[in-house]
Order: sequence, then structure tokens, then C-alpha cells
Amino acid sequence: MSQAVEKAKEGAELAKEGSVDVAGWLDQRTGASGFLTGMLFRNVPKGTNWFYTLGSATLFAFVIQAVTGVFLAMYYTPSVTDAYASITHINNDVFLGQFVHGMHKWGSSLMVILIFLHMGRTFFFGAYKYPRELNWVIGVVLLILTMTMAFTGYLLPFDQRSFWASIVGININGTGPVLGPYLSDFLRAGPELGATTLARFYAIHMLLIPGAIIALIGAHLYLVVKLGTTAPPWLRAERPKVAAPVERLDAGADENGAPGNGAGR
Amino acid sequence: MTRRNAFAVAGQALGGLAGAAIVLPAVGFAVAPIFERGKERWEPVGPVDDFVEDTYRAVVFTETEGIGDAGKTTAYVRRGSRDLEEDPSRYVAISTRCTHLGCPVRFVDAAGNFICPCHGGVYDFQGKRIGGPPVRPLDQFQTRVRNGQVEVGPRYSVTSQLDPVRARDPGEFTGGIWEYLYPPRPSTFPPPK
Repeated sequence: MSQAVEKAKEGAELAKEGSVDVAGWLDQRTGASGFLTGMLFRNVPKGTNWFYTLGSATLFAFVIQAVTGVFLAMYYTPSVTDAYASITHINNDVFLGQFVHGMHKWGSSLMVILIFLHMGRTFFFGAYKYPRELNWVIGVVLLILTMTMAFTGYLLPFDQRSFWASIVGININGTGPVLGPYLSDFLRAGPELGATTLARFYAIHMLLIPGAIIALIGAHLYLVVKLGTTAPPWLRAERPKVAAPVERLDAGADENGAPGNGAGR
Repeated sequence: MTRRNAFAVAGQALGGLAGAAIVLPAVGFAVAPIFERGKERWEPVGPVDDFVEDTYRAVVFTETEGIGDAGKTTAYVRRGSRDLEEDPSRYVAISTRCTHLGCPVRFVDAAGNFICPCHGGVYDFQGKRIGGPPVRPLDQFQTRVRNGQVEVGPRYSVTSQLDPVRARDPGEFTGGIWEYLYPPRPSTFPPPK
């Protein structure tokens, strides 16, 4: 907090002198430096290692998907008669088209793999336990949304593989209890896979789910920053040696470096 | 209730109403196709002499209009067989949509069976399931003869005894209790008598 105030004072002085510091100007109006300092320079527990980067890696994979997806949308046509031709055009004619399409295509698999590695890290390190259960739940919703992205994206090239894989996928949805048949009808927008199906998958793929994913990633990161990360389980074994290891909600983020949870510096 | 509470409740109710006024039409817009029945269409697939009773002939016809090749589907058509206690003046059109998950099955003449490439579903000459994961016989299309041409019409499903029921999606059971557990959806056509 005091840092923000200092920054603000600094900014004001600079403004008086006549030279305008853009970062200071912004900070004076948003207080962003306090937030960023808290987020980027937060304490992490001892033993933090490379496994803790899997979440950031997943986030990075999502950013790749978002960026390449936006640019693919500039050439792609979500029409049953033109979709395949537009993908062929992207791959064969557009400058770097195959590269951008390739990043999106392989990046999707990468994102799913990274999510599962991240999930495995969280599970085996016991990082889903109190007070981080909600973050696990949000993560599972993100996993489901990502699978939906992979499923809806698979139809878009509209080649034979897309077509039949989507038919099979929709019919698997249809085998769900009670609502299954209605769900597959909803996905197809009718009894047969057709023009509306492709438009629908496109809308779900690039408008509906990405918005939800971005919002939930925000919530996911907020909770990571608020609750802090856990120490690896092999450091937990040393806990009895530490005096008064009381489990506390804010233990991970204790500024005094109190040793509960093996947190602090 | 205090005045402040009353206003809070009224404000929230108005907000909810405004939200519903946006969300409900949008949801209705998205789910409407579930309740729409397509147009019943019949398409000639060849003169009656093209079809015999002891083997199938693959025909391609349009099932959904206006979307080019994606709207086309394949059926295997033959004449009714006396040996199988069928009416020889009628034609049988078997859908290639596997009843497991919807992959396209192929009629293998040497075996006299329909075989699905995806997960190993096998059906006999009449389309009854004889192996693999499918849950019911292959669907059929209604057929009729007009001007010496065999025409195929709407799809319908059959029970394990080949009794016609309303069209089902792959993976759904037919006959018995299943007709009540999963009532036919409004978008399907009534089965032929």
C-alpha cells in the first residue's frame, strides 16, 4: 500500500516537473502497481519446483489458442459448403497459414495434455485440500470447458474425419440418461447433422466457451494469489519439528515468514 | 417489511424480469430446432428392376436439403424376399447409420452381413444385430414405388423383432420398456404401419 502511495507521490512530482511518466500516470489512476506487486512478488513456499509451472504452461497454451484462433477466424468460413475450402485455402494459399493453423491444431492437444499434468501435480501434491477445494472445482469446470472446446473445434475443418468424429461424439452425448437425446438434438440443431450444426459449433467454440474459460481462469488465478500455493508433500514431513504449526487460512501468504505450512522465506 | 426492503425486493424482481426477458428468448431460439419436424421428402433411387431380393444395392440420396454433400446419406436397398417372409412387392431400404454410435456400415456381400468399421458392430442380412456393441437392428427408410421408380422416404427405427417404431438416434434402445422410458421425440416421423 505504502508503495502505491510512494509511486503516486513520485508521479505527482514528475508531473510538476513537466515530464509525464506514463506508468506513473496510469498507476495514480488505477492503483495497479499495488495489485501487480502483490501478485507477482508474493511469497511461495519452500520446495517450489518446476512442477509448479504446469498451471502457467496451461495458461500459456490457452493464450496460444486464443491468439491463433482469432487470426484463423479471419479466413475461416463456418458454412457447410465453404468450410473445407476455406481451411484448404488457409493451409495452401495464405502466408504462414499452415503454421498458424498447425499451432491451433497441435496446441489444442498440448493444452489438454498440460491440463492433465497440472491436475496430476495438484492431486499428488495434495494441493486440492482445504482451503483450496473450490479452486479444484473451478479447475474441473475448466477441464470440461476445454474438452468442449476440443470437441466443437474438431468439426470445424469439416473434412471426413471431422464429420464422422462429430457424429460419433454427438451420439455419445445422446446416450446420456434422460436428457441425452435432447442434448444431441440440441448439438445437431435437429435430427441430422447439418448446416446449423456447424454454425452452432462455431458459435460455441469461439464465443460461448472462450468467454467462460477466461472468466473462470480469472477466478482460478484470484484464488491462487489469495490462498497461496502449497509446499510439496515431502516438505510437510518436517512439520512436527516446527513450533506450533497451526493450520491457518492465510498461512501461505504470511508476511512475517511464519513457518506454518512450510511457507515463507 | 421495511420500505428499504420492499424497494430492494422490487428492484431485484425487476432486474430478474429484465434478465429473463433477454435469456428466455435466446434459449428458446437455440433449442427450437429440437421441436421442429423436418419436411417429409421422398426421393427416387432407381427403377424397380435395379433391385433384387438376394443382395443389396447401395443408393445415395439427399436426406437434408441445402447443404450439399453433407446432407446426403447412403442406404442399401433390395426387394422383399419370400424366403424371409416379406412382401415381394415391397422394397427394403436399410440405413447405413450404425446403431452403436452412427458410423457408416458397409454391406459385405461375401459374408452377407453389414459390418461397421468403427467398433466392430455386425448385422445380419435383414439388419438384425448379431455382434459387437450396437443396441438394436439397423434403421430403415420408408419405401414406395412411383412411376416404376423405387422411392425412399423418412427414416424409422425397428425393434429387435423388426417392428417399426419412430426414428431413434444411435445408441438408443427400441421396443419394450424403452418406448416409455424415452418417449419418441417430436422431431421424428411416425413409423409406417
